[in-house]
Amino acid sequence: MPATLFDKIWDAHEILRDEEGRSLLWIDRHFVHEGSFHAFDTLAERGLSVARPDLTFGIADHYVPTAGRPRIADPKIAGMVERLAGNAARHGVQLFGLDDPRQGIVHVVGPEQGLTLPGLVMVCGDSHTATHGAFGAVAFGIGASEVAHVLATQTLWQTKPKRMRLVVDGRLAAGVTAKDLALHWIAALGADAGRGYAIEYAGPAVEALSMEARLTLCNLSIEGGARCGMVAPDATTLAALRDRPMGPAGADFDAAAADWAALTTDPDAVFDREVTIDARRIAPTVTWGVSPEEALPIDARVPDPAALVSEEAARQMRGALDYMGLAPGQKLTDVAIDRVFIGSCTNARIEDLRAAAAVLKGRRSRVPGIVSPGSTLVKRQAEAEGLDAVFTEAGLEWRDSGCSMCVGMNGDRVPAGERCASTTNRNFRGRQGPGARTHLMSPAMVAAAAVAGRLTDLRDL
Amino acid sequence: MEPFRRLAALACPLVEANIDTDQLIPARFMKESRASGYGRFLLHDLRFDAEGAPIAGFILNDPAAADARILVAGRNFGAGSSREAAVYALVDYGVRCVIAPSFGDIFASNAVNNGLLPAVLEEAAFEALTDWMGGAPAELVVDLEARRIAYGGRDAAFSIPDAWRAKLLNGWDDIALTRQHAAAIETFARERLRAFPWVAPRTDGPRGGAQPRSPDAGETRAGGASPQSSDL
Repeated sequence: MPATLFDKIWDAHEILRDEEGRSLLWIDRHFVHEGSFHAFDTLAERGLSVARPDLTFGIADHYVPTAGRPRIADPKIAGMVERLAGNAARHGVQLFGLDDPRQGIVHVVGPEQGLTLPGLVMVCGDSHTATHGAFGAVAFGIGASEVAHVLATQTLWQTKPKRMRLVVDGRLAAGVTAKDLALHWIAALGADAGRGYAIEYAGPAVEALSMEARLTLCNLSIEGGARCGMVAPDATTLAALRDRPMGPAGADFDAAAADWAALTTDPDAVFDREVTIDARRIAPTVTWGVSPEEALPIDARVPDPAALVSEEAARQMRGALDYMGLAPGQKLTDVAIDRVFIGSCTNARIEDLRAAAAVLKGRRSRVPGIVSPGSTLVKRQAEAEGLDAVFTEAGLEWRDSGCSMCVGMNGDRVPAGERCASTTNRNFRGRQGPGARTHLMSPAMVAAAAVAGRLTDLRDL
Repeated sequence: MEPFRRLAALACPLVEANIDTDQLIPARFMKESRASGYGRFLLHDLRFDAEGAPIAGFILNDPAAADARILVAGRNFGAGSSREAAVYALVDYGVRCVIAPSFGDIFASNAVNNGLLPAVLEEAAFEALTDWMGGAPAELVVDLEARRIAYGGRDAAFSIPDAWRAKLLNGWDDIALTRQHAAAIETFARERLRAFPWVAPRTDGPRGGAQPRSPDAGETRAGGASPQSSDL
């Protein structure tokens, strides 16, 4: 029977199925971070140990500071980082800690080290785990109870989601990126359109994306409601997998590549939902509100709640505009910003930094801002290419790697009432700090906003 | 886990769409130990101002809503991060059930793992319920066995996947359940590794990680040699 890519991987990991139809899935890779302490506490309470420490990897990213390292000024934050190190040591789990040259954001480090491979089932207590699906893995975020379950058993009970295929026809125009594509589809379909689905991204525009761009696209699956998003492995994937330190090498690689070649959706496979998008209609896109679905092309105006039929929707929009300090009808390109942030698991890989630096080279940022590379290795690579100098000469701070200003829990925050052009993934109220106003966009668009001091169409620069 | 069968309790309306996990519990509180309770962090920045004083007019601060154990919320409730702390905040506050037209997938799964019922009410039934509540707290009866909500002499069916219903009704503990399958799991793992030896992470590789080469082969700064090979 013809099967989708998702079904093939799911079925290959099903150990058994219970009476309610839940599958007990084998988990190939499990990443834990500082926030996973609740799950380790559960193990301790029950006197259990980690079932497969060889398939479990600890990474310090959510709470680590991005300046002044290795010192951590805040004792509570230091405690979180030490707690992860203690739990990793206690259970024999390999740790990519603060002092490790490979440290970085979990969703950047996994692919970089070759831990992320096609055909695997991968989980992490972080909703952006879908990122790894870019390599043709089934990867999804889980909560602390599920983290504890995976630690204790290396398995997880899951009900199989429905399958959605998002086909992107045509090619993205110059200056339009995977970030714009993601914000575009989420705005078009809604922030809960992917709820209950695993998404496969396909079509010529997706095939043309670099590996890094695919990681950005899959990363944002959860912002469209889908726990899991993926791209079938192809020549681009294979090239990115070669010579990774912890991935297969030599004859093992060739054997793996032969297995990976079967990881495609069969021509007659049926999806529960099919959506087609025309890449040529996508412009550089920015968010104006407090949900990723509240996004528009940069040449649009702030929407007007008075134009909405539903009183409930109008009230909701007025609330969003009030929080964001925007007026209906205002041109997006007239919105002045207070700072910029370039970083996060969404857009802090080397290509992202290159794209931002290309805009900033020889220019000054009108606002303060920080750049936090996706990993320490990305940081070293960027420095080898001289990108750090481009950022610092533009007036931005060149920091260490971590989740930084995306998540508002490690000391890097946008002050209340300030407006930040950000390469991150969530414009939720208070996400970047209490009262922070976030506009999501691509790295090059953030760089353009920095240069202009307001939201800007980078094609006009 | 305490089984959930039937709950007759005060429900508080919070009919906003996209009440995300960052609102349910702002990230800065997640360093705290669960032992001291997460209830005070629930919807913290909507309940309290910058000085920590309760914000008048926010419904959970209304004394009439003080005993609410059910929330009636807008679509896509719990969207966003996987933080189970969002569920801890609700549960520690005293909430045992959230009724909404839809939930974030990870949130709903976390809820069930903590004995919190995510009851999905389709749009028309949801509107009828919120119209009846008229923006004020009201008594509801949630019957999980029958999958029904009763209010004011009326009655509506809600949905929840069979597996989650069974788990809530029985208060099942997954870890204990799964450990009964230890032999099947071990066989599966051994067989998978035999068929696909490449699934095991390599432990003897070089430390480092290649980055894709710059398309314009940007100039390399003197002395700035990178520790990893760039051989893609």
